[in-house]
Amino acid sequence: MAGLTLYDKLWESHLVKNLEDGTSLIYIDLHFLHEVTSPQAFEGLRLAGRKPWRAGANMATPDHNVPTTKDERSRGVEGILDPTSKIQVKSLDSNCLEFGISEFQIDDPRHGIVHVIGPEQGRTLPGMTIVCGDSHTSTHGALGALAHGIGTSEVEHVLATQCLVQKKAKNMLIKVNGQLNPGVTAKDVVLAIIGHIGTAGGTGYTIEFGGEAIQSLSVEGRMTVCNMAIEAGARAGIVAVDEKTIEYVKGRPFAPTGATWDLAEAAWRDLVSDADAVFDAVVELEASDIVPQVSWGTSPEMVAPVTGNVPDPASMSNESKRNNYQQALKYMGLQAGVPIQSIQLDRVFIGSCTNSRIEDLRAAAAVVKGRKVAANIKEALVVPGSGLVKTQAELEGLDKIFTEAGLQWREPGCSMCLAMNADQLGEGEHCASTSNRNFEGRQGFGGRTHLVSPAMAAAAAVHGHFVDIREVELS
Amino acid sequence: MKKFISEGGLVLPLDRANVDTDYIIPKQFLKSIKRTGFGKNLFDEARYLDKGLPDADCSGRPINPDFVMNQSRYKGVSILLARENFGCGSSREHAPWALDDYGFRCVIAPSFADIFFNNCVKNGILLIVLKDKIVDKLFSETAANEGYRLAVDLPSQTITTPSGETIAFEIEESRKNILLNGLDDISLTLQNKEDIQAYETGWQQKSPWLFSQLGS
Ligand code: SF4
Repeated sequence: MAGLTLYDKLWESHLVKNLEDGTSLIYIDLHFLHEVTSPQAFEGLRLAGRKPWRAGANMATPDHNVPTTKDERSRGVEGILDPTSKIQVKSLDSNCLEFGISEFQIDDPRHGIVHVIGPEQGRTLPGMTIVCGDSHTSTHGALGALAHGIGTSEVEHVLATQCLVQKKAKNMLIKVNGQLNPGVTAKDVVLAIIGHIGTAGGTGYTIEFGGEAIQSLSVEGRMTVCNMAIEAGARAGIVAVDEKTIEYVKGRPFAPTGATWDLAEAAWRDLVSDADAVFDAVVELEASDIVPQVSWGTSPEMVAPVTGNVPDPASMSNESKRNNYQQALKYMGLQAGVPIQSIQLDRVFIGSCTNSRIEDLRAAAAVVKGRKVAANIKEALVVPGSGLVKTQAELEGLDKIFTEAGLQWREPGCSMCLAMNADQLGEGEHCASTSNRNFEGRQGFGGRTHLVSPAMAAAAAVHGHFVDIREVELS
Repeated sequence: MKKFISEGGLVLPLDRANVDTDYIIPKQFLKSIKRTGFGKNLFDEARYLDKGLPDADCSGRPINPDFVMNQSRYKGVSILLARENFGCGSSREHAPWALDDYGFRCVIAPSFADIFFNNCVKNGILLIVLKDKIVDKLFSETAANEGYRLAVDLPSQTITTPSGETIAFEIEESRKNILLNGLDDISLTLQNKEDIQAYETGWQQKSPWLFSQLGS
């Protein structure tokens, strides 16, 4: 018999039972909650008179629509100016209190984007099953956990039963061979992958990312890659456990210690695909072919190398794709064939669960140090992913580097990634963004998003347009 | 949960690939803590010319005449005809809530995103996957015939066109069962309570660190 993939192992170890109708009951180890997709689930529990199955397996934080200015944040939840956002954040607080769920509230120093704080706190552990009413839950797969997004009905289901009814997905291996060139980051890797397989390329699969280039990434870089597995259509992305994973987890507040640590570590070392495991699909990319990526359209698959041009829809053979490209160009206000580097920018956003960890901020700071934001940039935001990332960055003096260069240093949250708070693009504005979605209106009504790495976003802030980061001198 | 047995209704053709859930219901409407009332903001950015604000009255807003849903011939639609990868992006269940609230009972497309698919089943919305060619044909028939209606029947897994042609579709047995009976899946899962407890006990013995995450 062929060996097992990492996904097979995670699935089998969490299988409660196979149901008669072909679905399975899967046990969930950890459930994250935030303010946007949980209120209706708590309401459902209340109406049915149900209690959480295991309150300790849940952890909540408000992140999607919290404000990021110092002024609003200095007054905690009461400081939120938008009345509907305030109600939502308060509802999370009162629901967590009522149902006995631990929460990092808005003014907790450990507060932040749920997908940043889970790993940071050591709540996310290898070998877990993790869900959250948020599609970017795939991020946690970087630690060898099976993690994916769910809808609100499923949030209620997990709260009430600690299980999810699932059908097993197929196995896909995406192998990135060889070493990345200098200046090419995890973000460029995942954008190149999505450009290659398309936004539906991973639909129905769990993607394992492997190969030398993935192994060479830090755990934070792997989080960036797994974060965007959903943009490739896969609910979950995973990376096998190695020395780096174990080192990353060790010593974190919620990580096991002492004899339990030894037990856990031994179990985690098996969290790799067997050498003879069989995947339903295998995609291979050469790391050396990947150059810094910039998205030009309204879907994350619409990417081009920074050295390239906006493609011409006329060159597409498939009619539906041609229409799709035309609609995208119209929305983006771009002409086919123009060089990516000639696109003029209005704003820059460095943040989101894709790229707001300390390494991302260090990479961005190295680019802007001693430089100034270009005159045509109306606003450049740096939004750390958590309170602890913020503190660490300030210890290293990164906040000063940013503010001296003319970027704004904000309080943690999702911010302009989805623009549910006041951080938004204006109509028609182009933004270099380190987030994960460039959909129409995602960052503000009529806003035009270009997805890039933190270093590329920082360089764009300084130049006012995209430049090839490989040609920028770093300090 | 809401049942789906059959639906005969007008068809809205939304000729656009990769329709994401941000497009179905923009984020500013996600601040609601209710499950209802999202229909007036379904496809908000395409449907209206101004920027939609939560809680605003939509009756006086400027309508985008170019958006297909605003054409008078598509008043009262209940079946949505769409292109590939419909429902991609965010996991927000507000997307099916908005479709349902507007009156859609069924969506037909060549493919759907995974999370969206589950979310629809939980809300009694039937998603039908058909081959590209058949979807193309339905698009041209809908465009050519005003008042074009389809009759969708879940028990027999068929769609009948106005000319009497029937198109068969596949659906997983489990989903069919949930939709036909409007089952409450939490109660269903809790029928396995003992199995879950037994699993949990064994898993705790094997992986005690997962059950003692108290923090330091
Ligand atoms: S940062 Fe963006 S993608 Fe991540 S959880 Fe927040 S809104 Fe979602």
